[in-house]
Amino acid sequence: MSRPQDDQEVYYRGIPTIPYDLLKELLIAFVVSGVVIIALALALSSPDAPPLTIQAWAQADPVDFVTTATSELAGTSFSSAYGPPYTDGSDSIQAIGPIAPQAWAGNAVHLDTAKDFVLGPLATAAVGNTDLASALTTYGSADDPTRQGWLDAYTTALADATAQNGAVAVAPGNYGPVPVLMANLLGVARSGGLDGLLLASGQFYATNYTGPLLFMGDGGYLAGLAEDQHLLGSQWGMMNETGSYPGQEWLWLYSMWYQLPPYNTAPNADLLVVLTMFVLTLLLALVPYIPILRDIPRWVPIHRLIWRNYYRWRRAHPESASN
Amino acid sequence: MTALGSDPAPEPADGSWTGAARRLLERRLPLNHLLPSRQPFFVGSWVYVFGVVAITALIWVVGSGVVLAFFGPGWWHVSSIGRFVNSIHFWAVQLLFFFVVLHLWGQYFMASWRDGRAKTWLVGVVVFVAALVTGFTGYISQQNLDAQWIAINAKDGINATGAGAFFNVLDFGQMYGIHVMLLPIIVTTLVVLHVLQVRLRGVVRPIEEPAVAAGRKPPEAGA
Repeated sequence: MSRPQDDQEVYYRGIPTIPYDLLKELLIAFVVSGVVIIALALALSSPDAPPLTIQAWAQADPVDFVTTATSELAGTSFSSAYGPPYTDGSDSIQAIGPIAPQAWAGNAVHLDTAKDFVLGPLATAAVGNTDLASALTTYGSADDPTRQGWLDAYTTALADATAQNGAVAVAPGNYGPVPVLMANLLGVARSGGLDGLLLASGQFYATNYTGPLLFMGDGGYLAGLAEDQHLLGSQWGMMNETGSYPGQEWLWLYSMWYQLPPYNTAPNADLLVVLTMFVLTLLLALVPYIPILRDIPRWVPIHRLIWRNYYRWRRAHPESASN
Repeated sequence: MTALGSDPAPEPADGSWTGAARRLLERRLPLNHLLPSRQPFFVGSWVYVFGVVAITALIWVVGSGVVLAFFGPGWWHVSSIGRFVNSIHFWAVQLLFFFVVLHLWGQYFMASWRDGRAKTWLVGVVVFVAALVTGFTGYISQQNLDAQWIAINAKDGINATGAGAFFNVLDFGQMYGIHVMLLPIIVTTLVVLHVLQVRLRGVVRPIEEPAVAAGRKPPEAGA
């Protein structure tokens, strides 16, 4: 087996060498890059738009909050019907023909939006609140068609709802206990209590924000904030950052597919984009083995610019070509 | 030409695994290749600086990240010093990706996988992908509006592949742990491997004119 030093001596035979202090170059690059980084940090700081809380959402847009909470209770929200890995629904399952990895992976979170987002927190808040406790009992003891009738009617009424002094007002109707449930949930949310209740997992420590993030994502208020910060998908938001800071520009290709047909209209766009990027990444990794892709650098004379000193030397020393 | 290395005296085998490992390392990773003081003259091009700057930016990313991890994810939101350290982390990441992309394109147009260096290219691409995932988990570990929005939207792409069942982008604890420990170890290890690969074989020779290349007959990529 040949040794590397033998290989390199043969490989570079005939080519002059120059002194090259690798560690010195590394140190200089470290210092220079550090100066640039620290100067940018001092001059421009870094982005940090405050996170949205359930409390801030309920205070700023109570109608959107109650509309979203009602859809969670009715099981009609985006998250309720999402499917794996959150719920038993199927609305967001993406597949290409029989290939459906999302369905195969199954429901890992076992989210019940009515119980986890509405009824569970209200049950906690009902301690000492007889009106709420009574409304919960009424709702729990009603049959499914009756509940559905209340929820359908209330959902319809919410389209014309108004916010009055922090409460949501709808036209009179047969909504059963639903307005009481929602008024109390809104009150708990506006007080900040729901932020904690949605995180409650039965354990003291909590770091899993799946519940509150899905709940907020089902509403329209967060999307409005994101639009203001040009973070929507249609705004190439994947590679944007809040404020005027640079974002993840390196995701430009990933983001681009979402703007183009057939991806931008396909119901399985996410799966198509991920697969497209997987194939492109595989091609990039295997460039050395793929004809045409590996030959392009020979055809495009950028290397002549990079190694212009070498080619100048080569022309001056044609005899070295035989080495 | 000045010799790039000198031959160490061969060491007799003693039958131990430790001795065999030492001899393998000495044979495959001679110090004069790891820390060369002379290089072929054609490395005098700015394109060779891109990779070096990417490494130094990575050092700044890891260094500032260690400070941020030490004080916890909430620190930089309430401390001016923390905000400054986060700003260093943020701009170092921008610099890192800028130079990584320049390095990648530079190496592509130099066809740096030639003459047995295909695995070096392959590891480099894996480093790039690992860095992308590290950046992504970092963005959703920020605990701010950007993190919330990215997590809510990115979940659909992850879930579509089935990975959402075990890689939950809405679980801050999981993303933060992966970002501050697992991925930095993976990226740093791969970068070290990548640099060792480069040093082991040396930088690739310039692309020759067809007539010159025919006379030299270099091995094919991946050989």
